[in-house]
Amino acid sequence: MNRIQQLFEKRNKNILNVFCTAGYPKLNDLVPIVESLEKSGADIVEIGIPYSDPSADGPTIQYSNGVALKNGMNLKLLLEQLKDIRMTVSIPLIFMGDINPILQFGMEAFLQACQTIGIDGVIIPNLPLREYEEMYKPLFERYEQSNIFLITPQTSEERIRKIDRLTNSFIYVVSTYAITGGQLAVDAQADYFNRIKAMNLNNPTLIGFGIGDHNSFHAACQYLNGAIIGSAFIKALDGSNDVKVTTEKFVKSIIN
Amino acid sequence: MTYQANKYGYYGQYGGAFIPEMLHNNIETLQNKYLSIIESEAFKKEFKSLLKHYVGRPTPLYLAKRLSERYNTTIFLKREDLCHTGAHKVNNTIGQILLAKALGKTRIIAETGAGQHGVATATVCALMGIDCVVYMGAVDIERQAPNVKRMKMLGAEVRPANSGSKTLKDATNEAMRDWIANPNDTHYIIGSVVGPHPFPDMVARFQSVISEEMKWQLKEQTGKEDPDYVIACVGGGSNAAGAFYHYLDNDIVQLIAVEASGLGVDSGESAATTILGKPGVLHGSKTLFMQTEDGQVIEPYSISAGLDYPGIGPVHANLFETGRAKFLHATDEEALTAVLELSRLEGIIPALETAHALAVLKNMDFKQEEVVVVNISGRGDKDLETYIKHGLDKK
Repeated sequence: MNRIQQLFEKRNKNILNVFCTAGYPKLNDLVPIVESLEKSGADIVEIGIPYSDPSADGPTIQYSNGVALKNGMNLKLLLEQLKDIRMTVSIPLIFMGDINPILQFGMEAFLQACQTIGIDGVIIPNLPLREYEEMYKPLFERYEQSNIFLITPQTSEERIRKIDRLTNSFIYVVSTYAITGGQLAVDAQADYFNRIKAMNLNNPTLIGFGIGDHNSFHAACQYLNGAIIGSAFIKALDGSNDVKVTTEKFVKSIIN
Repeated sequence: MTYQANKYGYYGQYGGAFIPEMLHNNIETLQNKYLSIIESEAFKKEFKSLLKHYVGRPTPLYLAKRLSERYNTTIFLKREDLCHTGAHKVNNTIGQILLAKALGKTRIIAETGAGQHGVATATVCALMGIDCVVYMGAVDIERQAPNVKRMKMLGAEVRPANSGSKTLKDATNEAMRDWIANPNDTHYIIGSVVGPHPFPDMVARFQSVISEEMKWQLKEQTGKEDPDYVIACVGGGSNAAGAFYHYLDNDIVQLIAVEASGLGVDSGESAATTILGKPGVLHGSKTLFMQTEDGQVIEPYSISAGLDYPGIGPVHANLFETGRAKFLHATDEEALTAVLELSRLEGIIPALETAHALAVLKNMDFKQEEVVVVNISGRGDKDLETYIKHGLDKK
């Protein structure tokens, strides 16, 4: 059983997954941010691998990618920064990033590094299902990395079932038709979330896109197992003098 | 060997559809329906009729006598510059707007660099009475002011792309993001043979009218439909894809693609993708593009905004890798010289993009009896300011 499955076995409600961009706001902020996220009560950390041309991200996350790259962040350095992370952090850690930097690093080398560090899963939004099944699935399995898929209001039931069969951690439920960083009227998507819930999937489900504060987080948790917060945290970190303090304050404001 | 896309949109190792789940439904619908729509009799009839009566096709295939004399061979010019809106781009936008209508879409988005594809999209949207939003890099909006005004006159909304380097690749990113946020009513008219499958194949099919006409026009004028060479410039590569299309499986015909090398291949200011790029995934397909060791997209440079794209379409990446097409390059300077040469020898002022194709004539080893076709992809009106700035009016 992987760390993500263990987490949901222990608790399957109000799961808080927080996204941060590696190398933002400062080059070496990632480790203190991840440590503070765990300490202040986040359940999962999603670490963004910065990319020059992110496809589904709004202005806030694009901005953080640009800052991180300017700071000198790259995938090699990111893996280096995290090499001792399991000495201090025990919650599930996942990577999120565009496929291209990963392909340049080498898919197998990347997945192997993930296993060595103790990463639990990877979200590669523009890795198609077909290519995953045909080319990369054995590698993900060999290095014990869970491939975490996105679904949207348009994703068919058949495809959701297929995704449910192909993963062993959680399913990322994109809340609405939008790029990241918008604001969501959670209850307006009640039908969609209830439809997903009624499918009784094998994997738990977390809602992302448009979740950014106490109210939207708890509203989302009424429907599915938890939610993912990204842009709001990136905004909170902008101009922070002490990322540990900022992180703790932010997570508390969401949970309490 | 086939140089066409397989059913998953792969040309050899290049192509595919590397898209986020948010675009899956739209792309899958397109993949499932585009061939049956564009091969239907009703579609073909309307497409052909608009190309003839609205665009002004067939465009002439013109024997350029003085240019032929200069290079000791027989050079024909395929006059895409005489298309309505001034370039080949409209062949594709006519096709895609009819496709969008067949799919029941009521809103169109597009990206543009120099503004030619934006103008061609705004034009067909006006023609069909459909809402149109064109994304254009904020930097390009400054550089290409007349085309921005043209699009606005045609009723399109021009939205600046303020992300990244604020040029064509960023306009493409913004258009993709718009499509993610508006998947139900919107069709994205991509302007080149780039993007996720089926766009590269679909755009190539719409542009294939160029070589379809070339064949019968050459037959009419020379007695045989196959030239020895077809030469075209490549940014994303839509005019080249159209000019090569019906000759791909005919090895007698040498295909020459010309990239922009800007200030020189090694200058750091270049757009010569086949030399400077490597395989990766950009804008939804696997192809060759310029990137850092870490896989970040490098902003290319060329004097020509239409060739100023970090990648090439997957069809061209495969033509390059298999050696089916030969890839050459021309600098800013060589292109400007070629502009003046064609203007003075034939009375045709070409677009800067097109001039790159003309610029390699001097490097070729043609025989007198060989037949060369250069695709004149667009006219130079939009580049007049650049030409004046470089003193072409004073030489």
